Amino acid sequence: MNNTLNKKTPAELVKNFVSDNKVILMFVVLSIVCILISGANVSYVAGEVFSRFGRNTCLVLALIIPCMAGLGMNFGIVVGAIAAQISIFWIVHWGFVGVPGFLLCVAMSTPLALLFGWLTGMLFNKTKGSEMVAGLVLGFFAAGLYRLFTLYIMGGVIPYDDPNLLDRGFGLRNAFDLTGNLKYSVDDITFLTTASVLGVVYLLYTLVVYLHGKKFGEGVDTKKFVMQLIAGAVVVVFGIVGKMIPFVATKLGKNRVILADAVMLLAVGLLVYAVVLFIKNRPAKGTPAFNKVLKFAVLAVILFVTNMIPGVNKVYRSVRLPAMTFAVIAFFAAFNDWLVNTRLGQNMRTVGQNRSVATSAGIDVDKTRIIATCISTVLAAWGQLIFLQNLGTFNTVQQQDNVGLYSVAAILVGGANVQKATNKQAVIGVILFHTLFVVAPLAATELVGDSAISEYIRMFFSYGVIAVSLAMHASKKGGKKAKAA
Amino acid sequence: MENKYVLKMEGITKEYFGNKVLKGVDLKVRPGEIHALMGENGAGKSTLMNILFGMPVIHSTGGFGGTIEFNGEPVNIENPHKAMQLGIGMVHQEFMLIPGFTVAENVKLGREISKATIASSVFGKSLERLDKPAMAEDTRVALNTIGLGVEDYAMVAGMPVGYMQFVEIAREIDKTGIKLMIFDEPTAVLTESEADRLLDTMRVIASKGIAIIFITHRINEVIEVTDSMTVLRDGTFVDRLETKDTTAARIAELMIGRQVEKLVDDMEEDNRKISDEDIMLELKNFYVDMPGEKVKGIDLKLRRGEILGIGGLAGQGKVGIPNGILGLYPASGEIHFDGESIDPTKLGDALHKGIAFVSEDRRGVGLLLKESIEQNITFTATQIQGKFLKHFGPFTQVDYKATKKHAQDMIKALDIRCTGPEQYSGRLSGGNQQKVCLARAITMDPKLLIVSEPTRGIDIGAKKLVLELLAKMNREQGMTIIMVSSELNELRSLCDRIAIVSDGKLTGIFAPDASDAEYGLAMSGVTEGGNA
Amino acid sequence: MTKDKIKKAIDAIGLPRLIVFCFFMAIVITAAVNDIDVASYFSSTLKYFGMWGILVLAMLPSIKCGIGPNFGVSLGIVCGLLGTLLAIQFNIAPAVEGILPGFGPWASMFFAIILSAVLSWLVGIAYGKLLNMVKGSEMTVTTYVGYSAIYLMCIVWFRAPFNSGEIIWPLGGVGVRNSVALETSFGWLLNDFLGFNIGPVFIPTGIILAVLLVSGFVFLYFRSKTGIAITAAGSNPTFARASGIDVDKMRVKGIALSTVLGAIGIIIYNQGFGYLQAYTAPLAMGFICVASILIGGATTTKATIMNVLIGTFLYQGLIIFTPPVSNHLLAGTDISDTMRQIIQNGVILYALAQTKGGD
Repeated sequence: MNNTLNKKTPAELVKNFVSDNKVILMFVVLSIVCILISGANVSYVAGEVFSRFGRNTCLVLALIIPCMAGLGMNFGIVVGAIAAQISIFWIVHWGFVGVPGFLLCVAMSTPLALLFGWLTGMLFNKTKGSEMVAGLVLGFFAAGLYRLFTLYIMGGVIPYDDPNLLDRGFGLRNAFDLTGNLKYSVDDITFLTTASVLGVVYLLYTLVVYLHGKKFGEGVDTKKFVMQLIAGAVVVVFGIVGKMIPFVATKLGKNRVILADAVMLLAVGLLVYAVVLFIKNRPAKGTPAFNKVLKFAVLAVILFVTNMIPGVNKVYRSVRLPAMTFAVIAFFAAFNDWLVNTRLGQNMRTVGQNRSVATSAGIDVDKTRIIATCISTVLAAWGQLIFLQNLGTFNTVQQQDNVGLYSVAAILVGGANVQKATNKQAVIGVILFHTLFVVAPLAATELVGDSAISEYIRMFFSYGVIAVSLAMHASKKGGKKAKAA
Repeated sequence: MENKYVLKMEGITKEYFGNKVLKGVDLKVRPGEIHALMGENGAGKSTLMNILFGMPVIHSTGGFGGTIEFNGEPVNIENPHKAMQLGIGMVHQEFMLIPGFTVAENVKLGREISKATIASSVFGKSLERLDKPAMAEDTRVALNTIGLGVEDYAMVAGMPVGYMQFVEIAREIDKTGIKLMIFDEPTAVLTESEADRLLDTMRVIASKGIAIIFITHRINEVIEVTDSMTVLRDGTFVDRLETKDTTAARIAELMIGRQVEKLVDDMEEDNRKISDEDIMLELKNFYVDMPGEKVKGIDLKLRRGEILGIGGLAGQGKVGIPNGILGLYPASGEIHFDGESIDPTKLGDALHKGIAFVSEDRRGVGLLLKESIEQNITFTATQIQGKFLKHFGPFTQVDYKATKKHAQDMIKALDIRCTGPEQYSGRLSGGNQQKVCLARAITMDPKLLIVSEPTRGIDIGAKKLVLELLAKMNREQGMTIIMVSSELNELRSLCDRIAIVSDGKLTGIFAPDASDAEYGLAMSGVTEGGNA
Repeated sequence: MTKDKIKKAIDAIGLPRLIVFCFFMAIVITAAVNDIDVASYFSSTLKYFGMWGILVLAMLPSIKCGIGPNFGVSLGIVCGLLGTLLAIQFNIAPAVEGILPGFGPWASMFFAIILSAVLSWLVGIAYGKLLNMVKGSEMTVTTYVGYSAIYLMCIVWFRAPFNSGEIIWPLGGVGVRNSVALETSFGWLLNDFLGFNIGPVFIPTGIILAVLLVSGFVFLYFRSKTGIAITAAGSNPTFARASGIDVDKMRVKGIALSTVLGAIGIIIYNQGFGYLQAYTAPLAMGFICVASILIGGATTTKATIMNVLIGTFLYQGLIIFTPPVSNHLLAGTDISDTMRQIIQNGVILYALAQTKGGD
C-alpha cells in the first residue's frame, strides 16, 4: 500500500486531494469569491464566523453518532432543540438566572430529550431506509405539537402566570427574551474560571479513576496518579492566582479572550508540550516521535509569526472568543471520540454498516439505534441551549425549525456524507458554511444592490448541498447493488 | 480414531405445516473428523443444520423430534446462542463480514475484548473501553492457525473472496471451546486454488481435534478431504459411509436414488415427429451472469416438438439458462431460434420472437400479487403482442371485456380454483398461482415454452396436474417445451432428453431411463458424457 | 360486531384516515350547531377542492410507477409558474381578446398550460433519470430536490428579465413581484365558468369539471397499454422485466406525468386564487399534496383516483372549516394552522411508518 502511494506523482496527489475534498474546495472558492466581490472587512467576517462557530458547532456535533449507527443525517435533532426550549420557558419562569439557571436548563432538558429521543428512535426503527425523510417530517410534526403547547396550552391549560412572557393571557409571546437571565451565561465565563473548573473536574476524574482501579484491582500507577494530581492542581491554582496578577487578569480574566491572545497562548502551549515531549522521550533524529516534536514546534512558530504580521494581527485582535463555550465544544467532540472506542460505539458502527451481520453477531440492532438517537437528541438539546444563551432572544414558536437543516448542511459542506461523519468534518463544515452565510449577502448586495436575494441563495445552498449529497450517496449505493446483482 | 462421537443426532424428525421434511435422520460425527453431509436440494440438509444450530425458524414452527447428544451429554439447543456456547460454529455461505472494518474487528465482531471504565461501572458493560491490542493479538493467533497471511489491521473491503472466507473461519476458530464447525457449501464461491487451500485448512482444523461437518455438492472434494459421510435423500437417512470404503459413483447413486412414484399417467399415443435435423433453438457458447446461477459457456440444441429437461443441482447454473435467454440477466453468446437470432442483451427480444417463460420465482417474478387473475393472465400478451387492446388512433385502451372472457376460458381450461377472474393472484394457493403463470405463457401462443421449476413449492396433487398439462400441450398442440427442474424424478417422467448442468457447463445429455449413477456423476461434475 | 371485526374495519380504513374523517365531521357538526354559515364554507371547500385537485392528482402517477409520493412536485409547480408568467409577458389574453372577443382568457390559460406542460415534461424526464439513479431513497431525494428547485427559482424570479408591468415590481423595478394579479389574463376563469347556486351554495362548475376531466384522462391513461405497464413496473419491477418492459423508462414516464400534472395543477390553482404567488409560496405545497392523497386512503405504494378526490376534499374541508369553528369556540383564537401542521405531518409520518422500509 505504502509503496503504491509513494509512487504517485505530485499531479496525481493533487488530483486525489481535489477529488477527495471537492465539496470543501468548492465552498472555499465560493467563499473567497464572495469576500472579493463584497470587499468585506476581513475582521468583521472573522468575528462573525467565530461567533457563529461558538453558537452552532455543538448542534452539528450532535449529528455524528446517529450517522455512525447508520441512521444518516438526523433531522430529528429538531426535537432535541424543542426539549431545550421547553426547559428554558420553565427555568426562566421560576426565576433562575446565570450559570445556575443554565445548569438547571441542562438538568431539565436532559430527561425530556431522552424521552423525545426514545420516541424518535422507535419511529426510525419503523422507517428503516427512510430515516432522513422521516426525521424531517417528524421535525415539522413535533413543531406543530410544540406550537400547540406554547401558544395554547401554556398559560391556557397549564398555569403559567407570567404576564411578561404571556401574550393576551395565554400563549407565549412571539419572541422570548433571555437578556438578564440566560444570555451569555456560558459565554461569559472567563478563561481563568474555565481553567479552574476544568482543573477541578480533572482532579476529581483522576481520583475516581484511581479509586476505581484500586477497588477492582486493575493495577494502578501511583506515580502517574501523583503527576496527574500535580498537573490538575497547577491548572486550578493558575486559574485562581491568575486573577490576582494584573497582566494575566487583563488578558484572560475578562469574559472573552482576544483571539490574538488565544493564538499566543496556544503557541506557548504547543512549544511547552513539544519541549516536554522531547525531554521525556529524547527521540533520535528522524524517528516518528522526533517528527512529532518538530511538528508541534514548527506549528507554534507559525502561529507566533502570523500573530506578528500586522494585517493578520489586526484581524486576530478583533475576534473575541468565549472560553467555556469552546471548552464545551471540545467536550462534545471528545465525547464522540470516546464513544467510538467503547463496546457500544463498536456496536453502533457494526449496526451502521450492516444490520443483518450485526444481528448475527448478537447485537440488538433496534436497541442500539434507539440509544444512538437518544444520545443525539440529548446532545442537540444541550447544543440548542448553548446556541440560545449566545443568541439572547429567540422566536418562541419557530426557533427550532431550521436547526436540522443548517446543521446537516454544515456537516455535509465539511465533507461528510450520509454514512460517515467526523468531528473534523463538523468543525470545517461549520466554518465554511457560516463563512458563506456571512459573506453571501454582502456579495449579493454588492452585485445586485439588494440583500434580499441572499436569503434565497443561502437556502438554495443549504438544500442544494443536502440534495446533491443525498443523491450522490444514493446513486453510489444503487450502483453497488446493481453490480452485486 | 476413538469411536466416541462429539455429535450424535438420532431419529430427528421435523414437520413444516404438516409437511414432513425430516423422517428420522441420524447424524454422528467423531472429534477431529471431517464428515460430509450429502444430499440433493430439498433432502433436508439445511433443516438438519438449522435444528443443530437452534435456529428460531425451527422452534417457531413447532420444534422437532429426536435426540441430540453433544460431547456425550444430551442437550437441548433452543437458540443459536446456546449452540455457540456449546462450541458449535458455522461458516456461512453468505459472508457475515463488515467490509469497512479491519480483520481484527471482524474476527471479534460482537465478542470484543474490553476493559472496565468508570462509565461502565455506572452504565453497564456496553460502555467498557475496547482493548484493541488484545483483540489484535487474538486475531493474529487465529490467523496463524489457519495460515492466512494478512495483517490484523487490514481492511476486509477489497480483499479477494477467498480471503473473506478465511476471515470467517478465523472468527469461528477464535471462539473459545469450539468443538464442531459447520461449513455450508464453502467452496461454491471460491476459485480452484482457493478451494484447495480451504480443504487444506479444514485438515489443519480437524487435526486440532475439531470436528467438521462439510456440506457440499462436489463429490470429488468429498472423496479428497473427508473421513466419513452421511447421505440424505428426501428427508430420509440413506447411509453413513466411511469415505475410504466408497467411490464417487456409489455416492452419486445414493444421493439420487430411483423413486418408483409415477408422476404422469400414460398419455395418449405419441405421434410426434422429432428429428435431429429440425432444430428449433440453438445456444452457442452461451454465458449468463446470474448471481448464484452462473452459466459458463453452453452449447445446446433443441429439436422442434420435444420436451427437453434441464437438470442439475442448485446453484450450478441450470436456472441461469432460461433467465439469460429472456434477457433478465446479462448474457452473451449466440442464440438461434427458428431461423432468427435472439439478442439476449435486449430485454423482451425473446418474448417478441415467440418464446414464453414461466419463472422459477413465482411470487417474485411470476405474478403481480396485488392484481387480478385476468390482469396477470393477459399482461404479457398485451404488452408484447398488443392483444386485448382497443385502438383509438395513437391511443390504446385495454379491452376489459375481452380480457375477462379470455381469463374465464383459461380458468376453465386449466381448472384454476378461484372465486373469479377478479380475485387477486396473491390469494391463490401455490398450485393455482402456477397455473395462472402457465396461462399467461399460453396466452402468448408461443412457439417455445420454457418452464423453470414448475412444481416448486406446490403440493403433490397440483404437481401432477401441472405436469400433465405440460405433457398435453406438447402432445396435442405440438408445443416445444424446455423444462428446468431440480427434481430429476420429475424430469425423467416427462422429458424426451435431459441435459445436466454442473458448474455452469453441460456435463451430459441423457435419456430418461439412464442409470442413477450416470446422472449422479454428471450432476457432481465428475465426468462428461451422455448418449441421448 | 365483535372486537376483532371492529379492529379489522379500522385497519382497512386506516387509523389516521378515520381520525381525520371523524375530526372533520365533528367540526362540520360543531359549525352547524353554532350557527356558523356552513353553506358558504362548503362553497369554499368546493372551490379549494377544485384548486388543489390536479396538484394532488400529480401524486398518483409517481406512486403508481413505484417512486412513491412525489415530494418534488414543486419542480412541476415552478414550470407552471414560468408558463403563466410567459403568458402574461407575451400579452396573450389582450392580444387574442382583440381578435376573438371572449376568448382572451382561455387562450392565455391554454397557452400557459401547453407551454408549461412541454417544459415540465422535459424537466420531468431529467428528474426521472435522476431518480433512477437513487432507487430506494426516492422520497428523501425528491424532498430536497423539490426544496432546492424552489429556492433556485426564487433567485431566478428575483432577477428574471420580464418587463411586463403586471409582473415586475411597481415603479420600474426588476424581477417578479411577490404576487402577480391574473385579472387581465385568466384569473377566476374556470371558477366562474358555468357556475351556479344551489340555494346558498355556489358550485364552481368549471373548476370541478377541469378536475374531473384531468382525472378522467389520467384514469384512461392508466388503462392504456403504457399505463398498465407503468403500474406493473411500480408494483413488481422484476415481473415487468420478465414481460419485456423497460422498468426505468416506465418510471421516467410516471414521474414526468406527475411533473406535468404539477404544472397544470398550479395553473388551475392560480386561476382559482386570482393571483400567482412566486418565491417561497410553493414550498409547503408538496407536503400538502402528499398528505391529501394519504388522507384519501393511498399508501406510499398504492393509490387510486378515488384516493385523490376523497383526500383533497377532506383535507381542504378541514382547513376551511377549522378556523371559524376554533374562532368561535376559543374566543378569537385561530388554532387551525397548528392543527393543520399536526394532522398533515402526522399523516405522512404514519404512512412512512407503515411502509416496511429498509433491507
